[in-house]
Amino acid sequence: MSTLLEVTDLHVEFRTRDGIAKAVDGVSYAVQAGQTLAVLGESGSGKSVTAQAVMGILDSPPGRITAGRIAFHGQDLLTMPERERRAVRGARMAMIFQDALSALNPVLSVGHQLAEMFTTHRGTSRKDARAKAVELMDRVRIPAARQRAGDFPHQFSGGMRQRVMIAMAIALEPELVIADEPTTALDVTVQAQVMDLLAELQREMDMGLILITHDLGVVADVADHIAVMYAGRIVETAPVHRIYAAPAHPYTKGLLESIPRLDRKGRELYAIKGLPPSPHHVPPGCAFNPRCPLARDRCRTEQPPLYEVAAGRTSACHYWHECLHGTRDSGTPEGAGR
Amino acid sequence: MSHPTPAPQVDGSPPPSHEPVLEVRGLVKHFPLTQGIVFRRQIGAVKAVDGVDFRLHRGETLGIVGESGCGKSTVARLLMNLERPTAGQVLYKGEDITRLSGRALKAVRRNIQMVFQDPYTSLNPRMTVGDIIGEPFEIHPEVAPKGDRARRVRELLDVVGLSPEYINRYPHQFSGGQRQRIGIARGLALNPEIIICDEPVSALDVSVQAQVINLMERLQAEFGLAYLFIAHDLSVVRHISDRVAVMYLGRVVELGDDREIYEHATHPYTQALLSAVPVPDPAARADRDRIILTGDVPSPAAVPSGCRFRTRCFKARDRCAREEPLLTVPEPFRDRSTPAGHPSACLFAAERGTGEGNGASST
Ligand SMILES: Nc1ncnc2c1ncn2[C@@H]1O[C@H](COP(=O)(O)OP(=O)(O)OP(=O)(O)O)[C@@H](O)[C@H]1O
Ligand SMILES: Nc1ncnc2c1ncn2[C@@H]1O[C@H](COP(=O)(O)OP(=O)(O)OP(=O)(O)O)[C@@H](O)[C@H]1O
Ligand code: SF4
Ligand SMILES: [Mg+2]
Ligand SMILES: [Mg+2]
Repeated sequence: MSTLLEVTDLHVEFRTRDGIAKAVDGVSYAVQAGQTLAVLGESGSGKSVTAQAVMGILDSPPGRITAGRIAFHGQDLLTMPERERRAVRGARMAMIFQDALSALNPVLSVGHQLAEMFTTHRGTSRKDARAKAVELMDRVRIPAARQRAGDFPHQFSGGMRQRVMIAMAIALEPELVIADEPTTALDVTVQAQVMDLLAELQREMDMGLILITHDLGVVADVADHIAVMYAGRIVETAPVHRIYAAPAHPYTKGLLESIPRLDRKGRELYAIKGLPPSPHHVPPGCAFNPRCPLARDRCRTEQPPLYEVAAGRTSACHYWHECLHGTRDSGTPEGAGR
Repeated sequence: MSHPTPAPQVDGSPPPSHEPVLEVRGLVKHFPLTQGIVFRRQIGAVKAVDGVDFRLHRGETLGIVGESGCGKSTVARLLMNLERPTAGQVLYKGEDITRLSGRALKAVRRNIQMVFQDPYTSLNPRMTVGDIIGEPFEIHPEVAPKGDRARRVRELLDVVGLSPEYINRYPHQFSGGQRQRIGIARGLALNPEIIICDEPVSALDVSVQAQVINLMERLQAEFGLAYLFIAHDLSVVRHISDRVAVMYLGRVVELGDDREIYEHATHPYTQALLSAVPVPDPAARADRDRIILTGDVPSPAAVPSGCRFRTRCFKARDRCAREEPLLTVPEPFRDRSTPAGHPSACLFAAERGTGEGNGASST
């Protein structure tokens, strides 16, 4: 197993009329070949912006990477010569976007856009590229692919546009795929097919996958590792089977408790109190402190580092053992049983 | 082109209130399918919605689930009168709104609002958030006098959990989830009676999702709002809905209350759908009893004969190709009080794990 992508201490800022927004404020994560890293977290916490920085498609200006390293096979993309960088980002990594409609060109047919991947990157002839496009549409299970290749994006339903996006991303068989909510618009049977498809490609090509999603069910199904984000930072990382049973950060705990469950029908859902912070006014200390049930004075002044709570597990909470073990004393770190 | 059968009296359990605020009868929407670049000629039709009937009562939430592309958003657009139906009626308090225009239409529109699926394309990028949320007041000035609008917009932002300091920002400066909340605030602006929600919480993290759902339920209890709630997340739909309609390829194939659908589904498509729901528990990964649907998803331009689900159905037999199942309470369950006795458009309707496809009822 080798490290495919390693993001280290990444910072991204947006200059807006209201001042500087620190959208990504020191994010580090790594993905191994053949593995799936799920990135979860609050809406607006910087999950997509981090991905955009990796892919080199940051909206800039106003966005700017102010610090950090993005290493692909150990080589920093941020310092690499432009030409090499483009080659990596064009063919060896690909992204599936959250908003399929704005990622597709509205005035070109879907078949044409898919065929273009092969003609521009592989020099395939028009005719062969066309056939490959239809084949890809078939592979992501778009019904009547041949007939529909000439249709434009707006003629497809939300879910089918998403499948077109996936077809586009896997066309060149990349080593790394970043999928930003790839199945949000899909029904669960198609979602299951798409996730199976991604898993199959992953096995076949030892592809690394970063899966950004809000669906804790999908994460439980497919992820190897999890990174949870809040207000531009990673607040918890863990292997998937550990985090559901015992979260080590109060934000993660709140998220897990917010999932609608049968016994909540007819009652209010649990929701973390308060509002997510504006990226212009992140609270001092721990960014989660105004909403945290465990917060104490220290949390309002001292920013927690990522504590190692067990082998391969980190949490950015001063009182992580309390969260993990539900006690107020500072018990022993867990992890002996791994 | 076959015509949809006239609506049989179908409705799940007893409604929460008497009068439907919205009733849909035999709704059909076909989009022409054309070929050729210079001379475009019609070679068929995409049967996006192909005979849908349901009722929505005051204070009720009707959930709609179903395959991507089965026509959910098209139904929503038809209800909003954004699209003309090929056939059928949409009755708002007994009046067919598909025939209205001008002032009468405008008056109805105030009472039926929509929250869209796509928070990216549904917000005008050149308008500030304040203008977007306040825009409905321009069209319906009677709801909020000019001097009061800024205050109302701030209030709405607060209601959906966004800081009122965002009022002068543009949509691209927000995350997906934040944009979705802007759409909801806008939908609430005119105090409508009915809100059609097309995947209103899909883009949100589960905690914000919980806040929005709690908010929607609170507003419903307070104002008697009726919701048509379209979503792919079956546990969210279960939580919020009084009744659920399951759609497949342009039709409702099963309709019932939460227990009837989630615990006593009798249609094979519903059963497959429920079996595919991912469980938020990694330990359950291995032992899921998933029904894998085989066969190609048929195109809505070439709907199979007989039962439209038969090409992927694990129970299908010869009869399914010849006979079209109607959305009624299946024979074996009639005249018996069982939660399996709700409308289901399957010739061999049976609960999962009971009588294999012979229409036998559970024992
Ligand atoms: N072009 C931009 N200009 C200004 N601010 C931006 C821009 N793009 C993103 N932001 C801000 O950066 C922050 C992070 O946004 P991002 O899209 O990464 O969130 P996210 O975690 O993907 O959320 P979601 O789950 O809702 O998609 C947000 O506060 C957002 O408002
Ligand atoms: N303007 C149009 N022209 C041609 N076909 C259309 C048009 N709008 C929708 N369709 C087709 O009608 C069918 C139903 O689309 P619709 O958007 O209603 O599906 P949906 O159930 O909302 O799907 P999703 O869950 O993916 O959002 C699809 O096959 C779609 O391609
Ligand atoms: S009628 Fe036949 S094909 Fe249709 S769902 Fe029932 S068993 Fe399947
Ligand atoms: Mg995002
Ligand atoms: Mg839709």
